[in-house]
Amino acid sequence: MGLLDYKFENSNIVITSLDNLLNWARLSSLWQMQFGLACCAIEMMAASASNFDIMRFGVIPRATPRQTDVMIVAGTVTLKMASRIKRLYDQMAEPRYVISMGSCSNCGGPYWEHGYHVLKGVDRVIPVDVYVPGCPPRPEALLEGIMKLQEKVRKESLVKKAV
Amino acid sequence: MTPQEIHDNLRAKFGDAVIEAKFDVQQPWIRIAANRTKEIALFLRDEPAFQFDYMMCLSGVDYNDGNLGVVYHLFSMVHRHKIVLKAFCPKDNPHIQSVSAVWGTANWHEREAYDLFGIIFDEHPDLRRILCPDDYPGWPLRKDFKVPEFYNGMKVPY
Amino acid sequence: MEQIIVSKTLPTNYVTQPGEIKSSTGKTLRTDEMIINMGPQHPSTHGVLRLEIVVDGEIVVDVIPHIGYLHRCFEKHSEHMTNYQQVIPYADRMDYLASMSNDWGYALAVERLLKIEVPPRVEYIRVIMAELQRIASHLIAIGTYGIDMGAFTPFLWCFRDRERILDLFEMTCGARLLYNYIWVGGVSHDLPPKFVEKAKEFCSYFKPKIKELNDVLTYNEIFIKRTANVGVLPKDVAINYACSGPMLRGSGVNWDLRRDDPYGVYDKFEWEPQVGKGEMGTVGDCWDRYIVRVREMEQSVKIIEQALAGLPEGNVQQAIPKRIRPEHGEIYVRTESPRGELGFYIISDGSTSPYRVKARSPAFVNLSVLPEISRGAMIADLVAIVGSVDIVLGEVDR
Repeated sequence: MGLLDYKFENSNIVITSLDNLLNWARLSSLWQMQFGLACCAIEMMAASASNFDIMRFGVIPRATPRQTDVMIVAGTVTLKMASRIKRLYDQMAEPRYVISMGSCSNCGGPYWEHGYHVLKGVDRVIPVDVYVPGCPPRPEALLEGIMKLQEKVRKESLVKKAV
Repeated sequence: MTPQEIHDNLRAKFGDAVIEAKFDVQQPWIRIAANRTKEIALFLRDEPAFQFDYMMCLSGVDYNDGNLGVVYHLFSMVHRHKIVLKAFCPKDNPHIQSVSAVWGTANWHEREAYDLFGIIFDEHPDLRRILCPDDYPGWPLRKDFKVPEFYNGMKVPY
Repeated sequence: MEQIIVSKTLPTNYVTQPGEIKSSTGKTLRTDEMIINMGPQHPSTHGVLRLEIVVDGEIVVDVIPHIGYLHRCFEKHSEHMTNYQQVIPYADRMDYLASMSNDWGYALAVERLLKIEVPPRVEYIRVIMAELQRIASHLIAIGTYGIDMGAFTPFLWCFRDRERILDLFEMTCGARLLYNYIWVGGVSHDLPPKFVEKAKEFCSYFKPKIKELNDVLTYNEIFIKRTANVGVLPKDVAINYACSGPMLRGSGVNWDLRRDDPYGVYDKFEWEPQVGKGEMGTVGDCWDRYIVRVREMEQSVKIIEQALAGLPEGNVQQAIPKRIRPEHGEIYVRTESPRGELGFYIISDGSTSPYRVKARSPAFVNLSVLPEISRGAMIADLVAIVGSVDIVLGEVDR
């Protein structure tokens, strides 16, 4: 039984706090920015295809950052691309979240040692909420990352500002 | 045609622009002068006996003895023969004549060699960096390259 | 005011008269060209590619591609690895949609440098893996091309079929996308016990799916209208710009490295390279390149079935050298990856790590012909042309 079924058992009145309601609405429809950089993007696409189906979590890919809640940075961030990522992050409307998918955007990945053009981790330019390890992470791992982000959103409150 | 015949023909036509050659290796190569690559390339492409119309690859190399070089791998779709050409230049004055007017694909390959090694191709229509950002300091694939500490405020090393 | 014809090569010539457009009140309006940025983040550029488009209204006058947003320093890493085998995971990540082909290209180059032969079982396994990889890569090319044109269903169908191939790969080497499977001198794991049956099952499952795909997408009138006669690449331009793979075969040149510069055991199988014939429009348009990919998938299934039937026994790891130390020398070897001619130029200085590894990537070279074939097209046609080149930015930027 889902959340609403419990509450509607005896009457058709649901009592909850505003925090809970807003958080529930936000986490059930995290629209993602279609932003794949490298190999992890293919696993992200596979996650939105029919076998793994990220849309059942409410995550729809949108092309423009203005309409998205979550940016999944999938792939290696290079120095040339870093300023564009910062700009895209700035264009997102709050509340906004970032999932860093894959080893390259977590910490530089296999290119950490001699990569003269690789940014060692996207958290050097934007704040990251969830790190999904793997090279590339399986689509199930990305789904777990989304679920962890949903847990984080569930604990937010209106009183403290969500960044 | 065998590489030996190609070399003899080239030497007959261009004299000392064809500097040396090595035939006892798996892929024989011919060294040509850096300031006459375009004529030799045009000849190799248009002469009916050769017809090297397909340039497979153009790579820059740093030979670590003060020289930079460019290696051309050519192929002929008509006669199905291959040849390797090399052109060297000193590291402090790296100029090689561009062949982008002969094979269209050389345009981007030469830009990449410029980007990664700093080899300047004379008569190239649009010589600017292609892979690294335009203001990146240094030539990354040279053997004496040091990774910059910061680039535009971002820390580069791990 | 003279009439300027923007394109002489396309059958449909879009004619414009810059500087003189009459408005409804009879006065003339001055027009200018505009520069639009199709930025690194864009749903249809298949990765981080930036196109600077100079347009006159809706008609493209010039396209300047900017790449390098995914330059991951493959060549620098390969110089610093202590062992030739350690370069293979980096080669995987270059063209991440066709990792097996990248691995094989590099391993073949090192094997020719070392002058070693691999056992026949290894050759057959490599062919099976490479052809399965070719089908997987073309499925993505077709699926994303459909979604660029607006057809969402073939994308989901292609990914579903690709998952079956990835299951086969996962059964063999444990990874779904980046395998590190084909090593210098052999392969990393032998085929698991049920692999041959499952692969045969896949082949018989997949053949009707190609027919379904043709019914839904290939002969669909909207798709044909959007891709036929668009982005025509003439034969001599293709050879001058060193295009290879489906781009070259789509322009009518019957050239396939598996048959013409042979490697592996491809000569033991019966198959045909597919060439574009201009069935729906001109030879060398986007539809031709697309149909070459679809028909190549059918040929790959044929090759896989023949290889599975003739698979010899043997030890797959017996030829893997304990220590790879080639003598002084250099070599350039090219193989046919799903995108075209993938070449590796390796210089060895006698030590255990390479001195220089240059990867000649087909997508890099194929992309350089984009400005030539898209003059005079409209912006929506540009999306179709970029999709038909089938680029993978990891390979373009290395």
